[in-house]
Amino acid sequence: MSFLEVQNLKMYFPIRSGILKRTTGHVYAVDDISFSVEHGETMGLVGESGCGKSTTARVILRLQQASGGTVTYDGEDVMSASRAQMQRLRRDMQIIFQDPYASLNPRMRVRSIIGEPLKIHHIGTPAERRERVVQLLETVGLTAEHADRYPHEFSGGQRQRIGVARALALNPRLIICDEPVSALDVSIRAQVINLLDDLQDELKLTYLFIAHDLSVVKHISDRVGVMYLGKVVEIAGSDVLYDFPQHPYTEALLSAVPIPDPQTERTRRRIILEGDVPSPANPPSGCVFHPRCSRMQPDPCQREMPALEGTGDAGANHLVACHFATRYPQAPAAAAAGT
Amino acid sequence: MAERLLEVTNLSTQFFTYAGVVKAVNGVSYTLDRDETLGIVGESGSGKTVAALSLMRLVPDPPGKVVDGTMVLKGRDLRALNDEEMRAVRGNDIAMIFQDPMTSLNPVFKIGDQIAEAIRLHQGKSKREAWKMAAELLARVGIPDAQSRVKQFPHEFSGGMRQRAMIAMAISCNPDILIADEPTTALDVTIQAQIIDVVREMQAQFHSGVILITHDLGVVAEIADKVMVMYGGRTVEYGPVDGVYYNAQHPYTWGLLGSLPRLDLAEKTRLTPIKGQPPNLLLLPAGCPFSGRCGYERPECRDNWPELEIVGTEHGVHCQIPQAERLELRAQLPRFKAQVA
Amino acid sequence: MARSKGDKIVADEATASDSQARASGEKALGLWGDTWRRLRRNKLAVVGMCIISVFLVVGMATEIANIAGVNLAPYDPNQVDYKLSPTGLGSPPSLTHPFGTDYIGRDIFSRCLVATRISLIVGVIAVAIAVTMGLALGPVSGFYGGAIDAAIMRLADVFFAYPYILFVLLIMTILGPGFVNVFLAIGILSWATYARLVRGQILSIKTMEYVEAARAQGASDLRIIFRHVLPNSMAPIYVSMAMGVGGAIVTEATLSYLGIGIQPPNASWGKMIADYVTYFQAGRWWMLTFPSILLVVTVFGFISFGNGLRDATDPKLKE
Repeated sequence: MSFLEVQNLKMYFPIRSGILKRTTGHVYAVDDISFSVEHGETMGLVGESGCGKSTTARVILRLQQASGGTVTYDGEDVMSASRAQMQRLRRDMQIIFQDPYASLNPRMRVRSIIGEPLKIHHIGTPAERRERVVQLLETVGLTAEHADRYPHEFSGGQRQRIGVARALALNPRLIICDEPVSALDVSIRAQVINLLDDLQDELKLTYLFIAHDLSVVKHISDRVGVMYLGKVVEIAGSDVLYDFPQHPYTEALLSAVPIPDPQTERTRRRIILEGDVPSPANPPSGCVFHPRCSRMQPDPCQREMPALEGTGDAGANHLVACHFATRYPQAPAAAAAGT
Repeated sequence: MAERLLEVTNLSTQFFTYAGVVKAVNGVSYTLDRDETLGIVGESGSGKTVAALSLMRLVPDPPGKVVDGTMVLKGRDLRALNDEEMRAVRGNDIAMIFQDPMTSLNPVFKIGDQIAEAIRLHQGKSKREAWKMAAELLARVGIPDAQSRVKQFPHEFSGGMRQRAMIAMAISCNPDILIADEPTTALDVTIQAQIIDVVREMQAQFHSGVILITHDLGVVAEIADKVMVMYGGRTVEYGPVDGVYYNAQHPYTWGLLGSLPRLDLAEKTRLTPIKGQPPNLLLLPAGCPFSGRCGYERPECRDNWPELEIVGTEHGVHCQIPQAERLELRAQLPRFKAQVA
Repeated sequence: MARSKGDKIVADEATASDSQARASGEKALGLWGDTWRRLRRNKLAVVGMCIISVFLVVGMATEIANIAGVNLAPYDPNQVDYKLSPTGLGSPPSLTHPFGTDYIGRDIFSRCLVATRISLIVGVIAVAIAVTMGLALGPVSGFYGGAIDAAIMRLADVFFAYPYILFVLLIMTILGPGFVNVFLAIGILSWATYARLVRGQILSIKTMEYVEAARAQGASDLRIIFRHVLPNSMAPIYVSMAMGVGGAIVTEATLSYLGIGIQPPNASWGKMIADYVTYFQAGRWWMLTFPSILLVVTVFGFISFGNGLRDATDPKLKE
């Protein structure tokens, strides 16, 4: 049993229109996805806007009630947990948000922001809580004197650290990082990424790391899942994903990421995808990617969404949802290619 | 030898606020030729956007003002032009694409109207002709079904398509210079790739110079011919793209390059961040704005702004550290260790 | 939880150039500090604040005096003295009676002074009632949405649909004239403004990430509303309150002018205006003029302050 197991998770948002607010359709934000995260690992979830990765995060934490499927955390069923159980679970599963400017209450001092989880769960005396807040501040690289300030007195990177401190307050074992560095300056991103790395080693944390920046995700994750239009289309180890992408979307995504190396850029093979991402309210039939896919064949691609499964080259370590997944080069050739 | 398309010398733009004077752009110089792409790289507070707005003389006045320098476009100093002459330049000789396609298009006008506006203004065409050209432009930037799309409103376009529409607007009068201010930051990475391609194609067709403003070193590596690295309103390094990436001479450039996670490198090296916070523009030192975060600074760094030091073909840097020492320091950084010297 | 060498580096990363920022007098402004500074620079708002201060001081002083049974005014406002009004038309302003006397010899200045008390009480209490009701219903509406929201907002719509003055008149007719009924009526009829305002704010604050963060920590709805959502929704309420006091004062004046507000022997500016209008036509200008000026100036003060406050709290106008 994995530490975190997501099975057939669905989140369909109803679209209501008209005076009577009838449900005229659904936004298929998360459409039957399954994956698992082992204890102590970092699972990356990557995809572009509308792919459903942020919604997945919220559903796992029950900040949003799922439309279907199960989420099992350390053996416990999250979807059907009672209020008391959920309170207990919340101490174990925390989240770091994307926007450092919107994720901290501007009217609360840092000390209250970080101490709030402790207060909610009635942990410690006020004096003990104060001490713990200082401890947490120091853990994330800030100092005790920062406790009395307001969020607007800090820069984006510092605010994000405060968000991390808040997430750590209850000693969680799983932290979902929802685009934690996308809104930060480039030079500050590395600071926060390193911080998250260090904390994982020290506190034995498990991360679900959600981002659209593939470079960052690959750097910090052990395994990566690629999402497109509410589906997971590929899951593999982060190095393997880069070296042997099997899904055409993954290939296109990888080739679109700019690499800060002029010579590499000049010699790269570029795959440019045609068209735009379809709306999750109106997903294509069959394989969600088929309208933009270079390998598309009307049958079976327009008919049937392929299952997420291994192709036999790497067993369960590399799953892909494609009728025409790229196979691994044959073993001797791979060795000869020197990768 | 053809004359330089654009030569900016010692440009300085300041904002006069109640809290003090903000030296947003401080003595910046660069040149641009046809078919050339200049990447201006920097983070928040670097002054890169203000530098571009200064070129177009779009800096809001008050509180901003271009206080020094010359901007010579095809032999004419843009600072010396009066308002009417400058209006004739904007959109016509220099065009700009902005960052957020959601807000840079007027939601109550059709796309065709917005593109046609520039055409009618600068080329005096009739409404009919301008609309026809607008549809052609939309097709040229790769929007499918352009004839009917041109009659739609911005909210009916996706983010990537809006950005293409903006590019169509920008190129409508065959500008000599195209300024793209973070054109892809708000877009998904696969759409980003499409847009970069469109910009490249348009440049090839019109032989324009492109100024690309961004914080994304990957995009710069992709299409820039030369790079200008800005920090705290100043240029810290300026040179051809290979020079700046492989022979970076300024500690800030090292910091930027070293702090990026690389998709193509297998090893999981720890990133080397730049310590500290982005600069406070009200409290810039007289010397190098990067002192305080540099890690290698000398006592004189805070107070003296060093002259341009040439370190390679058309590659210059502003740094107090003597070059020999710099190269030694650089050799110890992980990113440059991996490189073949 | 001690961390070894990693600590130092990380601390440096985060705080280097922090001291640079603090050092030079860039003070850490509180959340209202920036608002106050912007307010100070708005001349009209400053004038408004001065007017309001004077008004508040005088009003409170006379109220306290009233409770203590003491008269602060130079004369007893209800003291009738026919000698001062030989023609039955009052006497004009003089050194002893700076605002003159009215048709039965009462000192106008003293009457104006004690009328301040009435206006203050009405203004403040009416708004207090309205805000309390609005903040009771508005957050419930905004936070929970759905049927409850619809119900409350339809109720508010009813209150908005009626022309304000007519509605107030209606209530006063039902309740009967009198001091207390005035502010009850005004207060009850104004709740909808505040409810709608706060609901609007809550709808947008509700989606902020810090609210989600609180939920992720297991905060109860009550805690979220009172600790996170409401405090951040109050800014436009304060503005409305400032304007509301001004509006309440005018409404009271109107009611008193129409005869169903303040009753004699209590003096209010509106009542005075009503009483003295005919004398104005006879050329006895001072009786009408002074209360009118006071009324206008006071309300102007509140409106200017309210406007200034609105501009000062508008994030888009930030420099």
